[in-house]
Amino acid sequence: MATEAMAANQAPGSNYLTNGHGIKSWLLTTDHKRIAILYLISVSIFFFLGGLFAMFIRLELLTPQGDLMQADTYNKVFTMHGMIMVFFFLIPVVPAVLGNFLVPLMIGAKDLAFPRINLLSWYLYVIGGTLILHCMLTGGVDTGWTFYTPFSTAFTNTKIIEAGLAAFIAGFSSIFTGLNFIVTIHRMRAPGLTWDRLPLFIWANYATSLIMILGTPVVAITIVLVAVERLFHLGIFDPKLGGDPILFQHLFWFYSHPAVYIMILPSMGVISELITCFSRKRVFGYKFIALSSVAIAVIGFLVWAHHMFVAGISLYAAMIFSFLTFFVGVPSAIKVFNWTATLYRGSISYATPMLYAFGFIGLFTIGGLTGLFLATLGIDVHVTDTYFVVAHFHYVMVGGVLMGYLGGMHFWWPKISGRMYPEGWAKLSALLVFVGFNLTFFPQFILGYVGMPRRYWQYPPEFQVLNVLSTAGASVLAVGYLLPMIYFLWSLRYGPIAEANPWNAAGLEWKTSSPPPTFNFDETPVVTWEAYNYDEIPPKEMEVPVG
Amino acid sequence: MADSHATTVEHEAHNPALLHHFADAKQQKNAASLGMWLFLVTEIMFFGGMFCVYLVYRLNHFNAFAAASQQLSWKLGMFNTAVLLVSSVTVVLAVKAAEAGKRNQLVFYLVATVLLGLTFLGVKTIEYHDKFVEHYVPGSTFAFDKPFDDNGQQIPVNANEAQLYFSLYFAMTGMHALHMIIGCGLFGVLAVFAWKGRYSPGYFTPIENAGLYWHLVDLIWIYLFPLLYLISRHS
Repeated sequence: MATEAMAANQAPGSNYLTNGHGIKSWLLTTDHKRIAILYLISVSIFFFLGGLFAMFIRLELLTPQGDLMQADTYNKVFTMHGMIMVFFFLIPVVPAVLGNFLVPLMIGAKDLAFPRINLLSWYLYVIGGTLILHCMLTGGVDTGWTFYTPFSTAFTNTKIIEAGLAAFIAGFSSIFTGLNFIVTIHRMRAPGLTWDRLPLFIWANYATSLIMILGTPVVAITIVLVAVERLFHLGIFDPKLGGDPILFQHLFWFYSHPAVYIMILPSMGVISELITCFSRKRVFGYKFIALSSVAIAVIGFLVWAHHMFVAGISLYAAMIFSFLTFFVGVPSAIKVFNWTATLYRGSISYATPMLYAFGFIGLFTIGGLTGLFLATLGIDVHVTDTYFVVAHFHYVMVGGVLMGYLGGMHFWWPKISGRMYPEGWAKLSALLVFVGFNLTFFPQFILGYVGMPRRYWQYPPEFQVLNVLSTAGASVLAVGYLLPMIYFLWSLRYGPIAEANPWNAAGLEWKTSSPPPTFNFDETPVVTWEAYNYDEIPPKEMEVPVG
Repeated sequence: MADSHATTVEHEAHNPALLHHFADAKQQKNAASLGMWLFLVTEIMFFGGMFCVYLVYRLNHFNAFAAASQQLSWKLGMFNTAVLLVSSVTVVLAVKAAEAGKRNQLVFYLVATVLLGLTFLGVKTIEYHDKFVEHYVPGSTFAFDKPFDDNGQQIPVNANEAQLYFSLYFAMTGMHALHMIIGCGLFGVLAVFAWKGRYSPGYFTPIENAGLYWHLVDLIWIYLFPLLYLISRHS
């Protein structure tokens, strides 16, 4: 098998994948790398399911009339698409898969601070996921993923409580992940790995974890209140009984807006790693990128009411939230400018991860700039609840998060699996994803601008051309997403054996064998260098460190 | 795990409580304690959501909230506050006993904390029962037809808004009581472990962390009591 990888191990033949066999050694593992694999499998299943619902939506919207499904079914389909993608894919995907695998490796630790809590959070994720599947199979939910009251509490008779419980449990899974990361990053860093030497992926996950532990409990209690209201027919958010539905929206978005930063920040961290490695340069403005992650986490908590400009909040509140929303664009822009400045005069190579990084910068820039349109009060009133909004947040959440995630998966796949993926197919899939994505979602900007509202199963015939384009794009996108699922599996058996450091990259995670031994490092590393010291790495020094 | 080689003062790798992925006992203790503080932060945000709802509705429906709040028994609330404050003292004494390695004292204070916690829950049960008898439990049986203040003055009050108050009263104190029940269970388990001699001056992190949890649950009550019972009582 992996002969070179073995050489670096003290106990031959024992990396984290081969150390222990059988289903029990996986389901009861406390090894952060194995838990990352468990997450990888379960998150991929949910991505596939969420994608399936997306295809149903796009198929229904191929024609103006409702021929594949009627309104009720359509409502349930887009709700399921949203709930699965938000709670069970986008929020956990990068932290729980790549973060779980990489945080201890990148800081030179043997594991996360609380390995058993880490396993617990996977089980919570699975329990929540099972609940949402059960809910889906026994009738579904039709409120959209936002559970707006009083529709969710007093009118709909679909499975709100069950779906809410699923989100509640998945929320605790993410709280425990965040808590684990913060403690690990504070307390478990290798000697010499000071805060200003940390990889930017770590900074990004640190900022994400802050949002996870500060925001998630608030949405958890909000869901509890909705469930209690439904169960006992109380009026906490029911205007007929003295409650205030706007208050629900405040509480919901207090978490759910920062949640989009939970999704995007870890991907931004991935991009910082990719850009530096494939331009062979120190990152431009390390401190600015690092602190902009924290700034996004902090300012991100102050902008939630921009989801409610037309919901009946006061004009002064709307103006303040509009201003703050512009303001949160600043740290995001800092990141984009610093990445492009890093590229400047770098020796750029175009491996697949770098293609995804370029894709990320392009799509995230469009998503971010259209976010500024939406932050503008007047324009927002015009395009609220239209496809403009749908296109905007898909550019950020799908264009951003998924490009980062896939780029990261390709970059670290040799480390995770010990095998290389097939470069040609991977480049093709990167291209398909980029083209398919733009074809799917760019027409939606135009649709929204000319007034097509979201969440309807029918539309006037004049919108059909753009909708057909969008559906065609979704099909290309689907192929682009399915390809990696196939060739990653293929590479497990047939891919070329990976070296310890196939990219000649700078991080600590590349200084151990591929795949790493169970306790990550044979000796705790001592760090004496800055992050991304690519100017100090001789071009071909890298081969496998022989022990 | 539990076999006590605590007498061997050789190397920290022999400390049975030290987990493999930590470099030394100090790092492990620091990690556990930071983890607990962060967990408490999540608890504050969790209760914070309800406090926020309470404050908004208190402003929106001031009269109903004032009238409904006066139906609570401040005497029972005051008694429970005292019980909880004393229990916080016993927790501190337990941590101190653990630090000094006095096993019997440690067990005594842990058990005392559990008993005080159960006393609090007992009184809370009486209060809930009273509210049930008075039809103040929100739902189909809810009735708020006798809103008198302390001076026997009738207050015109919207029953729906009063029900909102009691919904929040039960949600907030109920969530608090749930945390008390978990806390009692936790301290019961710790008492058994302490009695078996699992903790030493070199390792008593669980006692310390459970103590932090207990203090936070106390602290939440210190806010709940005035907000729910007292704030509307001045004339």
